[in-house]
Amino acid sequence: MITSFLVRAFDRQAALFLAILGLVIVAVPALNLLLPPDHPLHVPTYAVSLMGKYLTYALLALSVDLVWGYCGILSLGHGAFFALGGYAMGMYLMRQIGPRGVYGDPVLPDFMVFLNWKELPWYWTGFDMFPYALMMVLLVPGVLAFIFGWFAFRSRVSGVYLSIITQALTYALLLAFFRNDMGFGGNNGLTDFKDILGFPVQADGTRAALFVASGLALVLCFLLARSVTRSKLGKVLVAVRDAESRTRFLGYRVEHYKLFVWTLSAMMAGLAGALYVPQVGIINPGEFEPANSIEAVIWVAVGGRGTLFGPIFGAVLVNYGKTWFTAVLPEVWLFALGALFVVVTLFLPKGLVGLAAMVRARLPRHRTLKSEPATPSTGEPQPAE
Amino acid sequence: MSLKNLMICLLALVMGCMVQTTGHAEGVEVLRPLVNALAKGGFKETEAQVGALAATANPAVAPALEALSNGDLYERKSDKLVVIGTKAGADLALTDPLTGEALGTTSPAALTKIKVNNGLRRTIRSALGGLTLMAPDPQVRMAAAGAMFKSVDVEGLALLDAAIAAETDARVLTVMQEARAAVLLAVDAPETTKIEAVRVLAGRGDRDALSILTGVAGNAGTPVALRDAATRAITGINQNLALWDVGQNVWYGISLGSVLLLAAIGLAITFGVMGVINMAHGEMVMIGAYVTFMVQEVIRTTAPGLFGGSLAIALPLAFLVTALIGIAIERGIIRFLYGRPLETLLATWGLSLILQQAVRSIFGPTNREVGNPDWMSGAFQLGEMTITYNRLWIVVFSLLVFAGLMLVLKKTPFGLYTRAVTQNRRMAASMGIRTPWIDALTFGLGSGIAGIAGVALSQIDNVSPNLGQGYIIDSFMVVVFGGVGNLWGTLVGALTLGVVNKFLEPYAGAVLAKILMLVFIILFIQKRPRGLFALKGRAVEA
Repeated sequence: MITSFLVRAFDRQAALFLAILGLVIVAVPALNLLLPPDHPLHVPTYAVSLMGKYLTYALLALSVDLVWGYCGILSLGHGAFFALGGYAMGMYLMRQIGPRGVYGDPVLPDFMVFLNWKELPWYWTGFDMFPYALMMVLLVPGVLAFIFGWFAFRSRVSGVYLSIITQALTYALLLAFFRNDMGFGGNNGLTDFKDILGFPVQADGTRAALFVASGLALVLCFLLARSVTRSKLGKVLVAVRDAESRTRFLGYRVEHYKLFVWTLSAMMAGLAGALYVPQVGIINPGEFEPANSIEAVIWVAVGGRGTLFGPIFGAVLVNYGKTWFTAVLPEVWLFALGALFVVVTLFLPKGLVGLAAMVRARLPRHRTLKSEPATPSTGEPQPAE
Repeated sequence: MSLKNLMICLLALVMGCMVQTTGHAEGVEVLRPLVNALAKGGFKETEAQVGALAATANPAVAPALEALSNGDLYERKSDKLVVIGTKAGADLALTDPLTGEALGTTSPAALTKIKVNNGLRRTIRSALGGLTLMAPDPQVRMAAAGAMFKSVDVEGLALLDAAIAAETDARVLTVMQEARAAVLLAVDAPETTKIEAVRVLAGRGDRDALSILTGVAGNAGTPVALRDAATRAITGINQNLALWDVGQNVWYGISLGSVLLLAAIGLAITFGVMGVINMAHGEMVMIGAYVTFMVQEVIRTTAPGLFGGSLAIALPLAFLVTALIGIAIERGIIRFLYGRPLETLLATWGLSLILQQAVRSIFGPTNREVGNPDWMSGAFQLGEMTITYNRLWIVVFSLLVFAGLMLVLKKTPFGLYTRAVTQNRRMAASMGIRTPWIDALTFGLGSGIAGIAGVALSQIDNVSPNLGQGYIIDSFMVVVFGGVGNLWGTLVGALTLGVVNKFLEPYAGAVLAKILMLVFIILFIQKRPRGLFALKGRAVEA
């Protein structure tokens, strides 16, 4: 009774959450573009970009939650998919610079001219077309995740072993992208972007549009993830998370379910990366740092894994904290982040959403009377221990 | 050994010393007139005197000859004594050429410079070469012969011949003959002699010999037979060098493997015994390195004489500090998270961030200077391989740590309990083993090992707050590759990864080699999800 009540409450909250998100998506660009700069409610452009960045982080957190919260796969390498999507977008943006680079080469990006390359490597062809680049944003992380997952899940690599090899994956990519020979700008990465779809990247309007795009992507992915987790497929995923062997013995092909959700999640992360790059204006191998991926996991843990809006909330909250701390008390930030890891795992295994649910459960139950579960057991599953 | 014997020994020693001093003094008295005679007459007379000095075959005259060659030899007008003068402001600081005794400073007006020309210099150089080649100390002769080999001095041939005739030490003789062969190849000599010289150089078989022989083989004027001999010798030397290259790579690999072993072995214990992923392991290594830094700082300020022993002092301290921190972590955080390995991973990661930032706040973000004691610095040559002492000691140390740990686990009651808990926690608890205590102590042991690894790594790596970060992924790779819960697996895993990595490096470059290793491990895990040496039985399913 109580659980289904909570579920319904959260359902309503989810709708509320989407409404708030929608309001933000509309209000922030409006306040930025329509109000004069000296108006007290004016949102400066840098803040629009900053919030847009938070939204892409939220999307990354959502993708991590989809595999961790619902399928028990703790990925310490989701930053790799994020960065790959970002690089695909970065390559498109590099091609859009055209002859406006420092060296003025009509085709080659600056760093290739600098390295004395004569022609574009084969894997750069097609990136001057936006639809192709967009396809690659989804395909490259997706294919990598599919291959990686195909091997890993078929061999039943799970638990900490899987976490460690995902970390190895992102570390290997980090080292690879640092190499100049790879043709991705080496240490400096891709930067100095000019246009996206013909609009200048730096302009207020473009920034606002990117913000809206990030918000819409988040909403769409949220709805997608929600329909996945609420379907029968989602039930099997939770079963895999909670008792993998038992699910297998019941006749489900566990590795297929895992592979599906893993690949889907990687593509979401790629999309997040692609939206992230034009807003921050640079993509470099640092995005592959294992530490970044682990940080994304803590956003999920803070918000509450196994709920879809918890991680979004967690990502925005932690990143706002990071922005604030690094500006005001830079020495304290790592202490705070480290303490967050410890406190959340020790005391808040279900994150802030779980805390809210706990508080709610202790309140006087006057609401239980009018609760009527519409669909039994469609609930947000509780995370496994 | 009785007291009487001891007395006799001492007496003999004292007598020996006296004999030596008087002998030396006599030498000086004999040599003094000869040195003073250098100032007499013109170049011809001086040259004759240089010859006379060289004929004494006494190395004590070498400083005087060197000073003469450099134009630093003077005659003091007051007592006609020949002295060495070195510039000290406007004046000259005088030293006795035979005893090396300082004789005060004088203005240049009180001295007459002994003139020297190029012809004289040449005579002096061969005299000096002869003197050192004839020196009584085999080490000096060895060094002189080595220098002759490197310089290929055509005019030294006669000297070398004389020295070879007089040489008794077989090793010095070999080097002298090699030097002679190098000279022979450079001068006009009969073909058979030259072929023989090629044979001698082929016997030497190193890069220097290779470069001389390559010169011979590449010279268009070289007779065919000689060129063939040289080419054959080059092939032989190249094969030899290739073998040494393999040896050097194996050594580098073992050296890297020992570093990996040190970093991973503590992790193998905590991961293997408790199934705990300790992401703060690297920070324990880092703290161990900082303990070394602090010990050295204290020694520098209070007792500089102890610097050679700083590492020996740092080892137990680092073990103690990190073990206590480890126990505190286990009691404070990890014990609440048993059975939830993924959460443990996150909590310890958070802890690692806190520890890093704490060290950064206390010691600053920059690298701190940790010195190498004398016995850790320098290198020696083994055939064609160069082996640095610090790497050698780290290899030895890592094996000692491994052996010590094995002993603790196999031969002590604590080790027995630990193994019991690893194999079957509930049964061990039923038998009266206090598993929580064993957990805490095991975690402390693993952390302590990481601490002493930090002491060793402070000798080869930068001591900065990020020190541990660089090792954590590698350590995990080693443990996962070797197999959890098996120390032999960690040893084999570390050495294999180290050696394979170093063999890949020449072909693929350092970064690509590392990437290939990571990809290899990712694939390997697919094949053997529990590592090289997997635990069998129920522990696998736990």
